[in-house]
Formats: sequence, C-alpha cells, structure tokens
Amino acid sequence: MANYKDITIQGLWKNNPGLVQLLGLCPLLAVTATVTNALGLGLATMVVLIGSNVLVSLVRDYVPKEIRIPVFVMIIAALVTTVQLLINAYAYELYLSLGIFLPLIVTNCVIIGRAEAFASRNNVWASAYDGLMMGVGFALVLVILGAGREILSQGTLFSGAEQLLGPWAANLTIHLWKVDTSFLLAMLPPGAFIGMGLMIAAKNVIDKKLEERKPAPVQTEITRARITKVG
Amino acid sequence: MAFKSASSPHINTQLQTSRVMQRVLVCMLLGFAAQLYFFGWGSLIQVLLAVSVAIAAEAAVMKLRNKSISFALSDYSAVVTAVLLAVAIPSMAPWWIIVIGVLFAIVFVKHLYGGLGNNIFNPAMAGYVLLLISFPVQMTNWNAPLSVAAHSPTFTDAFNTIFGLSHYAADYWKQAIDGTTMATPLDSLKTGYSLEHITSEIMKQPAFTGSIATGWFWINLGYLLGGLAMLKLKVIRWHICTGVLVALFICTSAGFLLHPDTHISPTNQLFTGATMLAAFFIATDPVTAATSPRGRLIFGAMIGILVYVIRTFGGYPDAFAFAVLLANMTAPFIDYYVRPRSYGHRTS
Repeated sequence: MANYKDITIQGLWKNNPGLVQLLGLCPLLAVTATVTNALGLGLATMVVLIGSNVLVSLVRDYVPKEIRIPVFVMIIAALVTTVQLLINAYAYELYLSLGIFLPLIVTNCVIIGRAEAFASRNNVWASAYDGLMMGVGFALVLVILGAGREILSQGTLFSGAEQLLGPWAANLTIHLWKVDTSFLLAMLPPGAFIGMGLMIAAKNVIDKKLEERKPAPVQTEITRARITKVG
Repeated sequence: MAFKSASSPHINTQLQTSRVMQRVLVCMLLGFAAQLYFFGWGSLIQVLLAVSVAIAAEAAVMKLRNKSISFALSDYSAVVTAVLLAVAIPSMAPWWIIVIGVLFAIVFVKHLYGGLGNNIFNPAMAGYVLLLISFPVQMTNWNAPLSVAAHSPTFTDAFNTIFGLSHYAADYWKQAIDGTTMATPLDSLKTGYSLEHITSEIMKQPAFTGSIATGWFWINLGYLLGGLAMLKLKVIRWHICTGVLVALFICTSAGFLLHPDTHISPTNQLFTGATMLAAFFIATDPVTAATSPRGRLIFGAMIGILVYVIRTFGGYPDAFAFAVLLANMTAPFIDYYVRPRSYGHRTS
C-alpha cells in the first residue's frame, strides 16, 4: 500500500524534516558548526528514527489509542539511551563535542512526529524505509549547513573526522584555505540561523523554477450538460 | 484646466529622499574632516571602498529583484549607509572588514526585509555589530592620532596597510602593541576599571591627557556642528537627538555625582567615542525610529539610557550600535502605545 518512491521524495525533498517541516531545529542549529559534528548527530538521529519507526509499527495494533504517546516516548527514550551509550563507548571525542544534544534526540520532534504520522499507520517495511529517508533528509540538511559554516569560519572541511570514524580519517580533513582570523559569526548561533534561512530560500527558489518548467495542465473544455437559453 | 499661481496658504513640497540623503552627507563633512586630520587617510580609503561596494551590492540586489537599478541608486540611501559604517570602523582595518560589513548591511539587513523603508534594523549599525562580534581584534584596533604616532602614515602607507600590500602592513600590526595603535579613551576606561583603578587614576593615562582625547573631542565637535546644521536644514527633527543626549547626560551625571570613582564626567561621556555621530546621524534614521514626536523622544531616551548602561556595566567599551539595534526593536511597540492625538479628539 505504501509507495516507496513517494516516501523517498517526501523524506528527501517535499517534506524534508529540516527544511519544510522545520522539526528538530534545536540540534540542527546548535551542532552544525562543523561537518563532523553534523554528520555524527545526523547519523545518530537516523538510527534512532529507523529503530523507533520499526518498533512503533510493530506494536501499533496492541497499544490503546489513549496512551500511545507515552508508549512512543518510552520506545524512543530507550533507543536514544542505547545510541548514546554506543557513541560514548566507541567515539568518546564525538560524544564530548555533541554534548547535551545527543540525549536531547529524545525530544527531537522529527522522531515522535514520524512515529505518530507514519509508523503508527503503516506496516513495518514501509515504516523502516520512511525512517531511513527522513533520517537521510535530516542528515543531509545538517551536513550541508555544517559544511557551509565550517568553510566560512575555519576554511576547512571534515576537521576532526577522526573523532567520528577512527584514526584513519584524520587525513580526510581538507584545508580549503588558510584563515588568519576566523569568521566568528558563522561559528556562532546567528550564523546557523542565517545559513538555515538561506537554505530554505534556495529550496523555495528551486521549487519555483521546477513549477515553472512543468507544462501547464491542459485545459479541458467544460462541456455543459444542459444549456439554458436565455431570452 | 490650468493651475497657475494660487493665493496663500501654500503647501510646502516634501523633501525628496535623495535630497535628504545628500544633505546628510554634506553635514557629515565637518566631523569627517576632523577624523581625517586626526586619524589619517585610512578613513577616506574606507569610505571610498565602502561606497563602491554599497553601490555594486545595491545594483546587484535590485537586478535580482527585477526592479529599477537607477531608481534605487538615485536615492543615495546606500551611500549614506556605507559612509556611516566606514567612519565607524577603525581607519586602518583591512579591506575585507568593510566589504563584509557593507555587503551584510545592504543585502541582508536592508534588502532581505524589502529594501529602503521596510528594514527593521539600522543597516549600518547591524553591519557594525556583525563585524564587532566576528572580528573583535581588527575592530578595536584604532591607530593613535597622527600627532603622537611615531611614524605618521602617508596615503600610500594607509592604502598598503588596508589592502595588505606591503611590509608596512605587517609592521603595522606588529607595532600595534608598542605605539602605532592606541586604546581609545573608552577602551582605556574599560581596562582601567577592570584593573580596579579609580577614575582620577585613569584620567592620568595618555588616552585622556594627550592629543588622543583632544582628537576624539574635535571629531565629536565636528559631528555635533554637522548635526546642528541638519536640524537647521530640517533634515532631522530635534526629538531623537535631544532624547539621546539628555538621557545620556542625566544618567552619567547621576552616576558621576553618586560614585565619581567609577564614572567619568558627563562631558567626557558626551564627547568621546561615537556619541555625536550616533546621536545625530545614526539614531535619527527615519526608517527604523519611532514616528510620532513623543515616541521619538522616548526612542532617543532609550538609546541614551542603554548607552550609559552598556558603557558602564557592559563588556564592550562603546555601545551605540547595540543601543540603536535594541531601540530599533522597540520602535513598533513605542508607535503602538504612543499615538498622536487626532485633531479635535478629546480624552474622556
């Protein structure tokens, strides 16, 4: 019953959690100072989103409607705790730099929103796929915003990638140019807000351009069932 | 139908925006000349650079918005914004400082809100705040007034420093520690108080005794005279600037009388930093200020009080940019509550 192509388009573009639904703005704005942080939080959110969608979809027929929200929140909280402990164990540096925003994934509206709007109404496979696509859409926004802010403020990309991917990734850091004085604004919260605004504007422009390119719907002539003669 | 000379009463024609802006620029000349005299050619280069960037940015945005470029440029508002920002930044700041500031002011603060007449915040001051929080080092490095500097920079020197072309630039920044640049009076005041010095001790420092204090005094005096000329020409009304200066004077007098060890005298407050420039040329921006006479008095007084509070208790030495932006936010609120009485309307 679920159309996978439609889920893909919804998650990545039309209903993108970051750009269109504007959900989970708090972590989105707070941790996107570098690509590494953005990617780390994006991946963590995606894992939690897939897991919660699957679990919610599995239990959807057994949970009474009245208490579904507390049940969903418990599921999400359990998953977030797992992810948090995993990152704490395997990527401690990243755990430190993400700080409070890792446990705060619990309150990320994207997750409860998808659980309520999609997973509690669809089967397991469709829900898992929806979680994946929404998660990828969210992570993409995070990474693009993080890349923009990191380039502007430090002139690098993927600095500190070894925190996320292990020691081999230290070579991934790309120095685009050397900056003597970092552009502090891009690193500070206002930079995140301005960057986010520009991304939303860019999406709207692209949508408008696509709309214009679409051929105008063919006007079908209205045939009247009955013509009343006046006079 | 012919409308020939009618008898009185005559209706005066409204001043056109372009005429107002041109007069603002002319009135700034005196203070700007003082600034050139005391701080060298740097300011002139900054102004020229700022104006060209502003015109290019304005034209580009108008092109993107499919509007008439010549119409937007002919009102001179972009030029005024650029000049105000350029005289507010240190005269030897590197070129990209003013370019970033002007681009942000014109594109983000002015045109993203709908262009002249629709912007909520004063573009020049928003640009200044962006620069101040992004590049604190470059934005607080004022060179010493020429008469005390060991080596007075020529026009070429200033040009090379700003564009980072020669070794002079590197030397300049190296010498920043020992003599070419010097703390402004407000800077030394902030540092002095943080070291728990009292006012009379700080007043003995070179920033207050030597030609630096005189330099800032003359610049402020120049802008004060320019401001009075604007009042005379009816480019601005008296409410806002009076509100700013009177509120600042009352606050600082009270502080000075109650606790002279941690306050400088009111006249010092009025004639240092950006006081006169801001009171007459920046706070009076008709777009972002309150509109009714009483509202404008309140708006101006608010700026004066905020400047006193931030200068005395805040982290930054001067405060006009922050004060003006905070007051800009309240302008619609003030307008909502302070409405002029309509003619013939009686209370109760």
